[in-house]
Amino acid sequence: MPIRSPSSSIFRPKGGVDQSAMKDNKKLVADINRRNLLRGTVSLGALTMLTGCTVSDSNAVQAVLRAVSSLNDGVQELLFRPNHLAPTYREDQVVKPPRFNAFYEVDDVKPVDSKAWKLELAGRVDNKAAWSAEQIYKLPEQELIVRHICVEGWDYIGQWSGVNLRQFLQRIGADTKAKYVAFRCADDYTECLDMATALHPQTILATKYAREPITDPFGFPLRLRTATKLGFKNAKWITAMEVTNTFPGTYWSERGFNWFAGI
Amino acid sequence: MTDALSVKSTERHRRKLHPAALRAMHWINAVAMIILIGSGWKIYNDEVLFGWLHFPDWMTIGIYAQHGLQWHFFAMWVLMINGLCYLAYGFYTGRFRRKLLPIWPSAVLADIRNAIRFKLAHDDILHYNAVQKTLYAGIIFVITIQVISGWVIWKPIQLSELTSWFFGFQGARLIHFFGMTGIVLFLVVHVTLALLVPKTIGAMVTGGPPESDEPVGTPPLSSPAE
Repeated sequence: MPIRSPSSSIFRPKGGVDQSAMKDNKKLVADINRRNLLRGTVSLGALTMLTGCTVSDSNAVQAVLRAVSSLNDGVQELLFRPNHLAPTYREDQVVKPPRFNAFYEVDDVKPVDSKAWKLELAGRVDNKAAWSAEQIYKLPEQELIVRHICVEGWDYIGQWSGVNLRQFLQRIGADTKAKYVAFRCADDYTECLDMATALHPQTILATKYAREPITDPFGFPLRLRTATKLGFKNAKWITAMEVTNTFPGTYWSERGFNWFAGI
Repeated sequence: MTDALSVKSTERHRRKLHPAALRAMHWINAVAMIILIGSGWKIYNDEVLFGWLHFPDWMTIGIYAQHGLQWHFFAMWVLMINGLCYLAYGFYTGRFRRKLLPIWPSAVLADIRNAIRFKLAHDDILHYNAVQKTLYAGIIFVITIQVISGWVIWKPIQLSELTSWFFGFQGARLIHFFGMTGIVLFLVVHVTLALLVPKTIGAMVTGGPPESDEPVGTPPLSSPAE
């Protein structure tokens, strides 16, 4: 069965968004945007002009929209029920293979060499010794058959197993009172969970899918899988994990997506 | 003396067809709803429900999906807070009861028949006909469901009990889409009819004529002398 690679999506911009032109013309852009903003505030009729790129990319409007997105982070933290379990499903409902999604096409995935691979630990952790794939794969496993929901709107049921993240954090002596657990990946993707989600019983560092080691496109040798976040929060090909009180920034939140992204 | 003055002032400030608070809420709702529809179409385009339906970029709000989401999750607060005020106002002041009730099915059918023959009277904008009452009560219901299905799409796990009422995450997406369709159809009819009877638009801007004294469910004014 071929891996499904769906239609055009922001998650797969061809070659990424080139910001150099924006930097070169910063003053000009700011000028034009100021004019757009004025136009936007002049009349209700201008509302119809809110389409396309007239207003959304104006600095002032972006500042307001991002402030509301931060407010929504806070609202979601309040709504989060630490012990509320996501529904689980039967094994015969599992989709194989899982659905691929990243900020590039599946053909551009660079497989990770598990022999050279290491999970590095940083930040508020007592035991910062790096972990080899062999060591990680020996840890006790927890299985999750849960729904994966993408911010785009699609979903599927997947069967993931690996070490429970809360147990792993305890094992390495992490400060579980810290605010964030951040991840860095082999493809330079960055992601970060709030501590409450990291400690949720359905958050694991996954090593297997449908009882077999995860294949290259889906994050081999180690990826995050949490039942309470949108798909893009589940970092693949993890190479480093940091427990921190300082928000480290994340790939998609820097590009305008909501950071908390809880479901 | 003071009694006469107070009577006079209530005369002068007799409630208009659309009091200022109501007009403000109407237009705030209109702006929020248009933002929600346009940004919702942007979000929809990222993963369509129907292969034959993509919304052209010029009618969507936001550059990429994340901007559509930003607008949507901004305007939803405006719509929800404004909508709660509107519901509280409608129930508390008795406006819903006065303006939207009762709705008799026979009256609705008769008005539809008249409307089709272009014989529906609309000289008196103070009283809604049965079709208007149905549409206005209906759209309040649809928007309420739309807000709830929106919450389910946003929080299908935290609100998993509610999610099952909407036949799961994809069920909620579908219901949210049909809710949007209903709202857009309402908008088309609503705006068309308002343009056909322009004084209704004027009334929603300036407040319109004062409400009639007909005691349709209005409590009698108590005199301070008693």
